[in-house]
Order: sequence, then C-alpha cells, then structure tokens
Amino acid sequence: MTAPPLYLDYAATTPLLPAAQVAMLEGFAIWANPSSPHAPGRRARAALEDARGRIRAALGWEGEVILTSGASEAIAIAIQRCVQPLVAVSAVEHEAVLRHAGEARRLPVDACGLVLRGDCALPGLVAVQQANSETGVMQPLERVADEVHQAGGLLLADCAQGAGKLYTPGADLIALSAHKFGGPIGIGALLVRDWALLRPTGGQERGYRGGTENLPGAMAMAAALEAERGWLEMALALRDRLDTAITAAGGLSIAEETARVPSIAAYRMPGKSANAQLIRFDAMGIAVSAGSACSSGSLRTSHVLSAMGVEGANEVIRVSIGRETTAEGIDRFIAAWREVAGR
Amino acid sequence: MIYLDYQATTPLAPQAREAMLPWLAGPENPAGFANPHSPHRAGRGAAAAVELAREQVAALLPPGGRVVFTGSATEALNLAIIGSGARVAAVSAIEHAAVLDTAQARCDVAEVLPVRSDGTVDPDAIFAEDTRLVAVMQVNNEIGTVQPVERLAERARAAGALFLCDAVQGAGKLAPPHGADLIALSAHKLYGPKGIGALWVRDGVSLDPLIHGGGQEAGLRSGTLSPALCAGFGAAAKLAAARAEEDGAHVAALWDAARDVLARWTLNGSAEARWKGNLNLRLDGLDVARLMSECRNVLFSAGSACASGSGRPSHVLRAIGLLDAQAKNSIRLGFGRYTTREDLVEACRVLEAAAKAQGV
Repeated sequence: MTAPPLYLDYAATTPLLPAAQVAMLEGFAIWANPSSPHAPGRRARAALEDARGRIRAALGWEGEVILTSGASEAIAIAIQRCVQPLVAVSAVEHEAVLRHAGEARRLPVDACGLVLRGDCALPGLVAVQQANSETGVMQPLERVADEVHQAGGLLLADCAQGAGKLYTPGADLIALSAHKFGGPIGIGALLVRDWALLRPTGGQERGYRGGTENLPGAMAMAAALEAERGWLEMALALRDRLDTAITAAGGLSIAEETARVPSIAAYRMPGKSANAQLIRFDAMGIAVSAGSACSSGSLRTSHVLSAMGVEGANEVIRVSIGRETTAEGIDRFIAAWREVAGR
Repeated sequence: MIYLDYQATTPLAPQAREAMLPWLAGPENPAGFANPHSPHRAGRGAAAAVELAREQVAALLPPGGRVVFTGSATEALNLAIIGSGARVAAVSAIEHAAVLDTAQARCDVAEVLPVRSDGTVDPDAIFAEDTRLVAVMQVNNEIGTVQPVERLAERARAAGALFLCDAVQGAGKLAPPHGADLIALSAHKLYGPKGIGALWVRDGVSLDPLIHGGGQEAGLRSGTLSPALCAGFGAAAKLAAARAEEDGAHVAALWDAARDVLARWTLNGSAEARWKGNLNLRLDGLDVARLMSECRNVLFSAGSACASGSGRPSHVLRAIGLLDAQAKNSIRLGFGRYTTREDLVEACRVLEAAAKAQGV
C-alpha cells in the first residue's frame, strides 16, 4: 500500500481554495468579452471591475491594479515600462527579476539573507523582493522603501511569496501571483502606485496590458485574497516544530534566526545531495523541492544560497507549508527526513 | 438574448470546461493542482497534462514547429514581433491592433500593405527589400475575409523575411496557414477559456523572450503554466479539429439564412474569400448606436470588441475604401457552433425591422 500524498511544496503552487473554485466556475459562465459593449459584455466588465476592487481592498492598496497572467509578466511590465531604468536588484531575487536585470547592480545580502543597510539608496528603479521563494527570508521593505524614495528612486517589490500572507509593502510597483495564495494559475497582478510611473503600450487594462481579460481568474484571485489568514499562526508553529526536530536530528535550518514568511523553510541534510533526498521523498509520496520549481532539475547551485554564503548548498531542500498542512503531516515529514538522513 | 458576437469571444465548450475541472483541485488531490514545473510526482502529472494539451493544439497547426503557450494571442503576437528583432516589417492594413500597434511601436519601419476593396491583401503586394518580418492575418476579425497567406508567406520567404500569421479567427476552423514561420492563436476564440493563447514557432526560427524568469517554455516564455487553462485549450482544439467540417457546414447554412433576411444590406468584404461565421453589413444612413439600443436582445457589434467605445471609424473598413460615414453605417454579426438557425433568423428579422423603422 502506498502512503497518501503529502504536499509540502506550497511555495511552488497551492491548492485552489473552495471559494476560488466556486468563483472560477461562476466566471466560466460569464464568458462574454469584457470589452464588448453589449449587455453580457458589460456584465463581464462589471464583474471584472468588481473583482479588481475586491483585490485592491483585500490588499489594502490605494493605487492601481493591472491584471496579468502571473507574477513573471507583472515583473516584465514593471521593468520594461517603468519611467525609471532598473539600476539595482537584490542578489536573491527570483529569476523573473534577475533575467531582466541586465547590467543593473546586484545588491549583496548578508549571511542572514538580508540586503545591507544603505545599499538601496539609489535613484532609479530598485527591485527587492518581499519574501524569498527558497528560504522564506523577508526583506526589511519599509526601510528599503525609505532608502529608495529618499534617493529619488522607485521600489519594485516581488511579493509573489508574501501576498495573501503578509502586509502589502509601501513599494511603488508590486508583483503578485494568485496561485501562490490559493487562487488559480494563470492570473496575477502588477500593483502600481500611480499610472504616471509606467509607460502604456495600448490595449486592455487602461493600455498597460493587452489581451482579453481572464475574468474567471480575476474573480478567483479576489476570492482567494479574501480568505481568512488565521492559518499563518498555525503555520508558524508547525515550522518551529520542523526547525526544532530537524536541527535535533543533525540537519541545518537555513536562515533560522532571520524573520521568514511562515510558509517556507529550507533544510540542509549534510552528506546527502538534494536530488538524492528528493528521489527518496518522492518515492514516499512526499512533495518537497530543491529551490524553486522553475529551476528544479537544473542541477545548478542555488544563487540564493550562494549569495548568503551557505555551505553545502546542494544539500538543501525547501519545505513549504500552507493552509491545509497538519501537525500529522509535519510529523510524517520529520520521520521521513530522519529515515532519509539515516538518523 | 441572441449572441451574435463570436469574433469577440466564443462560448466555452462544455468539453473544454470539463477538461479544466480536474486541474482546479483543492488539497485533497495534489495531482490536481500541482505546479507542472515541479519534478515530484504530482508535478509530473500536471506536466503530462500540459504536454497532452500541447499536442492537441499542435494538431491544428502545421508539422515542423512547436507550440509555445502564452497568456493570450496578444502576447503571442508581441512575442513574435518584438522577439524576432525585425527592424523593418510589413503588415497588412487590416491587422488587429495587437499587430499594427506593436509593429509601429517596436520596429523602425512598419510598412503598411494595402488591401483591396474586397477586403483581401494583394498577394503580390510589394514590400521593401530589407523587410525582415511580414505579418498578414488568416481571417480578418472585423469583416471575415480570408487572406492569401500562402502566397504571401512564399514571397516573404523568398525575400528572406519571416512570415507571421495571426490565425486567431481561423484556427480550428480552416486549415492552418501553410508556409508561415510564426502563427498566433487564442483559446477563447475557438470555444476554449480566456487567459491562454499560443505561438507556433517553426523549427529553426529563433526568438528572444519578452518575459524572463523561471525559463518555462524552453526559455521563451517564463511563468507557471496553468494545467487547467492548457487542458481547456487542448480540449477545445481537439473538438474543433473533430468538428471542423460540421462546424463549417453549419456556419455556411447560417450565413445563407441570414443573407436571405438581410438581402438588401450591402456586404463589406468579399463574399467568397471569407469565413462565413462573420457577416459585416451596412445600410446607407443606418444609425448603428440607435440600432443597438433598440435591439437589446441581439448582441452584435460595430467592429472589434477592443476598439469599441473609441468612437473611431474602423481602420479595416477605411482600408477597404469605405467612407467614414459608410463605416459608421456598418454592423458585424458573428455566429458559430452554438448558434441556431431559428435564433439567427429571428435576430436578423428584428434588425431588419428596426432598420426599416429608422427609415433606411
């Protein structure tokens, strides 16, 4: 008998919340083009604007909301169309930022994974993420925003791992993705403090993003953002339990002392490669990952762990938990980890 | 209400909806929500669904290329035009704004290829010698005319240019444009979901990505793929392929029925070289805004959905030589698989009566 699947890869994607499922099905029935001027088109438009308003309210955002296909597209729009050129990015950004970064300065991080005080005081667009997808480390974005703004720059915050969990930071541009917080894959948003910060190119979304709008996705994203967030306290407790058990069994918790989003942890199992660990966990029905899903399988050493100076980076796996994770699941993982580690 | 706006979007096919549901799962079933780029078991299952959908979409397209999923046809067209790096392009005068605006904004030269009064591009239209990209759509979205893309593709190739075909209105209905290097599609125009499109790229054609990141789609388009949207697109494509003949015959019969009722209206664009699910008609002196408000139960349009509300006369109708006044006297009726003959005839009678009541 095979064990039931245990999903601990919430940073890669999350299950669809029941409210988001319902919204999606409702959205499939409103299939007219929101740009059509006839009655069903106007109804689709109204539903889209309602979803946008709910997204704004749930995020506590007073600026504008551009709906996109996901965070990668939101980041591409932000960097390519910002009125200020990209001048710096933290060294631990997601590839979606790094690969657009060209010659922009790479801001180093300390051993805790944090950008250094004073480094972000730059005129121009500066990209610093809210929470790291591999380690969960949260950047001090309020301080970073102050530094950037005092220098006359603009801050782009990739909030893919923080949105729906953490506060919305005081950045000028914010990217998020619905499927990281219980919404569907295929929809995300770029929040922009003011339209004047971006150059339009025409098309839908007030000329900032062309393409017929994904209404079911927008409705489901709104529903997912409105879900209660009480589970985060439980997640914090579960992660503490993981940290304690795994370090006691000879593992290392990456950035254990740094403030991290409660849903993500990374552990090193000395002497066992991440890939070997993944194969074992997968065979046990446990879904975890080595770094981000996108880079998995590439065998490259994580740029995040390298930037932090972590030793044995190729022995580190990511465990990410979510709303549905239970203490039993965590205990099962701990037992599996000990078995794989041979302890 | 009778929906006659199939060029703006099509109803979601029940089969496409069904195909999406297993991929919209909650926590009880990780295989039903996993990230298709995750290497674990659940992720591999999702990846398999994406690949199956890719094959289903590829079946609508020529052999010898690959399907890259995007967020929309607009994105696919942007990827093709900007990603090709072409500095000199030639685009037909009746392209969708996603092509026209992008070429004009991103190429140094975007030559406009003229269109004849029947709504087709001259297959022997001359383009500059240094042209690197030629873009002509398969079926026009406003007037339904089918373009001589095979001949244009052949000439583009002979001139050393890439040929981009916006096949949004033709995919799943007509045979794919032979000889194209790049073909853009949209799922929601062929009874699939909104939020997904595709760019077909001929083997050997290299493009620079617009969206960088996790390196999905072989580095050409980063961003987590939605197994649900892919599966919905795939199922819609499969259905369209299976029903192409039946759908085409149905639409042709509908066209005849509508033309019978609206016999005195003038057709915009060729009667022969066309997809018959598009009927673009005009009546001198017709007040289209009034017609729309008086026929609220007939859902039609006065051009493309995207341009609606702009108040500008259609660039397509201008390109075929209509005066602005004639362009403003025109309506577009779009119908398809789920339109019944009874509904269509009824709608046409309502429009005809309302036009008569206007005294035109």
